[in-house]
Parts: sequence; C-alpha cells; structure tokens
Amino acid sequence: MIVTGERSAPLAAAAVTTERPATRGYVGLPVDRVDGRAKVTGAARYSADAAIDAPLHAVLVQSTIASGRITEIDERATRAVPGVVEVVTYRNAPRVPSFPFAFTTPVSEELAPLQTPEIKYDGQHVAAVVGTTFEAAREGAALLRIAYEPAPAELDAGTARQVDLPEQYFGQEAQVRRGDPEAAYAASEVRIDATYVTPTENHNPLEPSVTVAEWRDGELIVHDSTQWVRGTRAALAKHFGLDEERVRVFAPFIGGGFGCKGFFWAHTAIAAMAAKLTNRPVKLVLTREQMFTSVGYRSETRQRLRVGASRDGRLAAVLHDTLNESSRVATFVEAAGGVSEMLYDVPNVAISHRVARLDVPSATAMRAPGEAPGTYGLGSALDELAYACGLDPLEVLRRNHASVDPSNGLPFSSKHLLACYERGAEAFGWSTRPREPRAMREGDELVGWGVATATYPAMRAPAEARVTIAADGGVDVASATHDLGTGMYTILAQIAADALGVAPDAVTVRIGDSSLPNAPVAGGSMSSASVGPAVIDAARRARQRAIALAISSSDSPLYGLPEDDVETADGSMRAKDNPARAIAYGALARLNGGAIEALGGAAPAEEEKYSFHSFGAQFVEVRFDEELARLRVSRALGVFDCGRILNPKTARSQMIGGITMGIGMALLEETVRDPRYGAVVTNNLADYHVPVNADVPAVEVEFVEEPDYALNSLGARGVGEIGITGVAAAIANAVYHATGVRVRDLPIVPEKLLGTPAS
Amino acid sequence: MSTTERPAAPARAPVPLTLRLNGRQTTFTVEPQVTLLDLLRERAGLTGTKKGCDRGQCGACTVLVDGRRTLSCLALALAQAGAEVTTIEGLADDGELHPMQAAFVEHDAFQCGFCTSGQIMSAVAIVREGRARTADEIREAMSGNLCRCGAYPNIVAAVATVQGAR
Repeated sequence: MIVTGERSAPLAAAAVTTERPATRGYVGLPVDRVDGRAKVTGAARYSADAAIDAPLHAVLVQSTIASGRITEIDERATRAVPGVVEVVTYRNAPRVPSFPFAFTTPVSEELAPLQTPEIKYDGQHVAAVVGTTFEAAREGAALLRIAYEPAPAELDAGTARQVDLPEQYFGQEAQVRRGDPEAAYAASEVRIDATYVTPTENHNPLEPSVTVAEWRDGELIVHDSTQWVRGTRAALAKHFGLDEERVRVFAPFIGGGFGCKGFFWAHTAIAAMAAKLTNRPVKLVLTREQMFTSVGYRSETRQRLRVGASRDGRLAAVLHDTLNESSRVATFVEAAGGVSEMLYDVPNVAISHRVARLDVPSATAMRAPGEAPGTYGLGSALDELAYACGLDPLEVLRRNHASVDPSNGLPFSSKHLLACYERGAEAFGWSTRPREPRAMREGDELVGWGVATATYPAMRAPAEARVTIAADGGVDVASATHDLGTGMYTILAQIAADALGVAPDAVTVRIGDSSLPNAPVAGGSMSSASVGPAVIDAARRARQRAIALAISSSDSPLYGLPEDDVETADGSMRAKDNPARAIAYGALARLNGGAIEALGGAAPAEEEKYSFHSFGAQFVEVRFDEELARLRVSRALGVFDCGRILNPKTARSQMIGGITMGIGMALLEETVRDPRYGAVVTNNLADYHVPVNADVPAVEVEFVEEPDYALNSLGARGVGEIGITGVAAAIANAVYHATGVRVRDLPIVPEKLLGTPAS
Repeated sequence: MSTTERPAAPARAPVPLTLRLNGRQTTFTVEPQVTLLDLLRERAGLTGTKKGCDRGQCGACTVLVDGRRTLSCLALALAQAGAEVTTIEGLADDGELHPMQAAFVEHDAFQCGFCTSGQIMSAVAIVREGRARTADEIREAMSGNLCRCGAYPNIVAAVATVQGAR
C-alpha cells in the first residue's frame, strides 16, 4: 500500500508581517549543508541509486530522422540477446493519452510516447529495450533495426513557414506596446539597431535524467530525477488513468536540474509503461547523448534591438523583437524581451516574441529563461549606446534606473540596484577604467572591463509544510519540495529551528516525496520564498499547541501561566521571568500522546500592491592574447539585491554557480544540429563545452542585504537564477573594451575575434 | 529496410573476478562487457560512484585503482583482477571523514553533490601526487571533473586547505 498524501483543506494565505524577526537565530548564518555529510560520503541516494531489489534495466532507442514515420521494426536480433525480456514500441506499448501542458498536469510535449509510428524530431523515443542487466538492454538496443520513411524537415528558424505570435507565456504578455515606440525611436538623437543571437544551449546537469518505476497492487511508485514531485505525480496519474493518490514520486536528491527536470518528459512515462508490461521494477537512465534531445534545451534566440536615446544616454524607446525555435509538439517562448519591459525607465516600448515551429526536439525553461538571453541582448545594446553617446557604460545604466516598475507603474517591494552598481564599482575599481577600447594591456594580453545589470522576478506559489515534534524532542519538517543543490534541506532546518527555538541539528527535513504536503516546482527561484513561510507557519502552529499544552496541563511546570509569559529557547518552553521553570518540547510531546503536529501554509499576497524583483550588477574582466587567440575571464564580481540572505554560504555558492554558467553561455556553450538532418552533433561533453575548473577565475559575490518583508515574513527573495543574468552581456562588453570587437552572436569563441583592429 | 548482418555474438559467459574493494577481498561473477563503474553500482551496491556520461568526459565516476585516478566508466571490470579499488565509500575511516571530505563540507565545494564523489577522489589523488601546490595547479589538475553547479572556486579552496595542512 502506498501511504497516501495528506489531504488538507486549502490554507488561508499567511498574513504578511512587517515585523523584523529576532536578529538572533540560525537564519542568516553560514550554516554548513545539513546533507553535506551524505553527499561527501556517497551515501546520498539519487534516483538511480534507489534501493530496489533486482530491477530490470531499460535502454531507449531514438529516431534517426527529423520527420516522417517508422515503416518497419525488426526485433529479432534484439530479442535473441540473452537477458533481453521485452522490446517496447508503439506496437505493444500500453495506450496512454496525449494532452497539452497545464500547471495541473505539466507535460512538456503534447506527444504521447510510443503510441504511433509518426516521427516529430530526431531523437524522439521510438523503443525501450528491457533486459535483466544493463549490458543486455544496451546490446539489445544497439541491435534493434528500425526502417523509416523520412519526410522533408524544417530545421532553420530563419526560414520557417509557420511562425507563431503567442499572446502569453506563463501568464505574462508576450506582445507588449507602451507609448509610441516607432515614432520615439525615429525622433531619437542616438539610435542603435542591432541583432543579437544566442545559440541553442543544453542544461547538462551532471546527473542524467532517470526514472525507476514499479507497480505494486495497481499503484505506481517512481523514483524520478524531477524538480517537481507533485507535477510528475499528476502527469503520471493522467497518463495511466489513476487517482493521484495511487502514484507516489520520490526525489530526495537531484543531481542538478537547471530547468530540464522541471516539467514532465516522456521517458518517465516509458519507464512506467515498461514496468507495467514486464510486471517488474524498471530502471531507465538516459544516456548523456539522449539528454540533448529528451529533456528540453534553451532555444536559440535572434533578438533585434532598436534603442533610441538622447545624447545624454537617456532612453526614449526600446523595440525588442525576439524569434525563437520550438518543436511541432510544444510551444515554448524564450521570452528575451521581458527584460525590456521592466528593467529601465523607458516611456516607449515595443516587445514582440515570435516562435518558429520546426522539426526539432522541444525547448523548455533553462536557468533564467528569458532573462538570460534577454539581458545579453539588452545589456549589449546599452553598452553600444554608451559608446555612441561617449559615456561610461555604467553611467548609462544609472541614468536609466527605474524607481517604479515601468511595466505596471507599481512600486518595487524593495529595490537597491543603485547600491549594487555603487558597491560593485568600488570593489572592482571601475572608476579607473579608461573608456576607449584596447586601452588596457598587461604583458601580451589586452584587458577589458564590462558591466551589465542582473534581474530576475521574485515569484511565489502556494505551499504547505508539516512540523512534528517527537517525544525525544526531535523536530520533523515535511514538504514535497526539493533540493537540487539549492540548499533547501539546510535553510528549512534553519527556519524551523528559529521558529521553534531549537537547534538546527534537532531538525530533520524530509522533502522530495509527493505524499508530503504540497509544494511547487523547484523552478522560477521561488522555493525559498514559498516553502520557507509555509514552514514558519507550521512551526508557529506547533509552537502554539505546545504552549497551550504547557499552560493547561497540570503535569507541566508552566501550568496556569498566561500564554504571554511563556517563551521558547534551547528546545524548551519556559517562564519569561524564571528560565528554570521550564519543560522540554519532548516532554510536551509525551504529554500529548507522543507527538505535537501541525500543518501550515503560505500563499502569495500583495501582488496588486507591489512589483517583486531581484536585481544585481555584474562586473567582469577579460584578457585576450592576440598571438594565441586565447580569451579568458580573469575576474568576475556580482553584487546582488535579493532581500535577506537565509544562508550566505549556500547563497554565495548559487551565485558563483550562476556566474559560472554565464561564463559558459558567453564563451563556450552551443548545441549544434546538423542543418540537413536535424541530429544534434555536439551531443556529448567533449563537443558541448561546459566550463571546467580552469575556465573559472576567483569569483567574488556580494549581497546588498535589504530584507523584503512585503514578499514574505523571511524578507527573502530567491537566489537560484539571477546569478546567470547579465553575465554574458558583461563579458561581451568586456571583450569589446579589450579588443574593439563587438560580438553579437554567442558564444564568443576566439575565431570571432581574429582579425581584430591593430592597436 | 537495412539488412546489416549482426556481428558475431560476443562472449557473454560470466567469469569469476576477485579484487580488493575498499580494503576487502571481494569476488564477483561478471560478464566481460561489464565496466568497473557498472560493477560498483549495479553489483557491488556501491552507488556513491556516479555515472554522468559513461564515456570518460565528466569525471563523476573517478575511483582510485592501485592509487591511480581512474575513470571507472572506461575501465572493464575484468581488467581490474587483483587490483586495489578505492571508492568514495572507502575514504572515511571508521565513520571519521577523510580531511578532503571534511574540507568539501566546510568550503561548500558542491551543490547538487552528483560530481562530488569523483571530485573528492581526484582531489585526494592530486594532493598525494604533488599536483596541488598552487591554486592554478589545482584548477588545471581538477579540470577533468566537471561540476555543472559551478562549485569550482570552492573546490579549489577545499583542496588548497587540505594541501596546506599536509
């Protein structure tokens, strides 16, 4: 039997408090990760490490054409391999429906797996070979013969016949107009008209996606590398016509995600189908090669920016037109123009997003979707504007600072971007920067400095948590949230410890289990801001119950005290005027039959009063050796305004990680498809370059710690995604400053700098 | 329809294999095509060693074979007969973290943790090999171990701490 998740009535939104929490506490301290020991000893069990007795192994086979249909499948050689027990194809797979994306059932593609011979893209799953060992399944997969009838495929966004103009993406307007942008642009003293291109990029978390699926008494148990256990549960339930309570999804440790594990992908359903057909547990791990076509990617963007300004660098108009690619079976808008709507004080704005429908795999969200490529385009254009005006690039950013959100006229809940510019400039030494390109040299290397603004919205979603105080005084915190390296285990322990007055090591955090109280996808940088307040609410309710017990039970030393005269500290309740008059949480739990339990929750509030965003400033130094055509980032500094920092140690790590991924985006990363056939030719980590240790200099991170209590009682905004934003622009701007070459298509590989103007 | 002939059937008969695994003499019966990585993970129950690419490009599967850094995904299990294999599970001494493990926790030298076993095995070896004398040397020597979370500066700090304490 599956222990079903707790069904609770919807909880009222937690009241927004402006009261500053006690300054003493564990929140805000650089606490070591509570899951650190498990991770450095190899004890942390990721999905592929699930302790399942003798699972079968499934290996996927993928289409080798971009469009057309399967005409024949020859399974004879495959089935002759000793140990191969099943070949799952459209001919024998359990019937499952196709359905479009919805937040209640977040499927990435409207394409039910293994249901028809139709092929929509190169890399589509066409078979799963199941064997008693991984080796047997792999050999069987290699021997499967599939014949196709190819159809003409469209692979180039620039010539696509079908280009959609979506109205919305995730609730945001995709086509935006403000003022009279064309006229304002035409009347501007200074105009920049440039097109910036970002390539297709793959997330490439170190852990390939994996599903281990098992059917037990008609119920489906899945260990899945997902950033959303509840979303995966809902999608699986819909595929197999089950009540959600009959599906349980575990993801206690996730080996990175960056968005590619956020929504539901077909391999998870296929693993469950294979388990159903064989009536055995099945482990299905994607190969690294398959990761390039099976779990989404960041779409390429072609961004035309027209920027009009006065000679003093003040923006009059921004027109930002973005084209991105999408498959035939999904629509994903890589909303690069979103930043142009809100980042600077511009009266006249036109933003368009067009989506070219191609015979390619489906795109998805990748760290800071929209903002990552958008800040590259806009951040580059403003640097070009600065040079056209003869101004310092940082001064142009300052002059266009928006003190209210220009997209809706609302005040920001808390915005300290100018302080980020100021602190960053001082720490970096910006004031000594010569304005002209090619003006700094050290030894054989040209040196350049660049700056750009970082931005990411502060989102929230409804979340719940349960806090249980046990007879031994231990505290259990449970929520169906996730830790993909983000530090969630640790900050929830800190938060619960402070809310109850116990030490963090008395707290056990259980997450990554769909049967626990509801929590949102680990995406959109919203988990801390959503789940943290839910844990506080649950802890306060548990504490309230403990106090009520302490003063109402005749066995308690606090019996008869008014509630206001009781405080909690060091794992005990005690009289404020006499700390010796105390009772431990564990003793109260024993008085209550062994445990004190409370369910709490929190939901977004005050959305119509404020605009919630995080900001930052990215400063970068690059060095270019003209003789060797070697380009390196030699310094990086990010100063961020993300509200109160819950754990400076783990938050700093996330920012370093975002900046590192930004270095990859700027200099290294590009997914290349064969332009004739559509196969990804860079489908491995030798051809798709992610930054290695030697690519990354000492990275400095600073926080402007202004709490944002309008967002939540913690004062904290998310830190997962903003770190990557602005980095590519800062690097491209630094490259221009070093070399005099403006590179408008990423990545900035050395050949794009060859033939630089002589100094 | 392709009519490519199947290649001749590979030898699949299991063969006995004995090696020292984290200090213990251990015997398996294993087919010739099984890699050391799959032996550790699927047959020895040592899931701390990770499969990130299965083609020697990411370093997540790094173990020590007779003290040498080895990509276990590119090593056939049978070729390790008689060897001393050390995995992340064999590093702590009776529950006490190896100094490199402790330094990784202290310096937050990981986020998701998936590359961490391989990072730590490489780090232990490069300090022992004398290739960790400067930050640049550490960066270079650790560049075979990818970390997509981007913990590199913290990894360098952790290795430097252990190097400095030697």
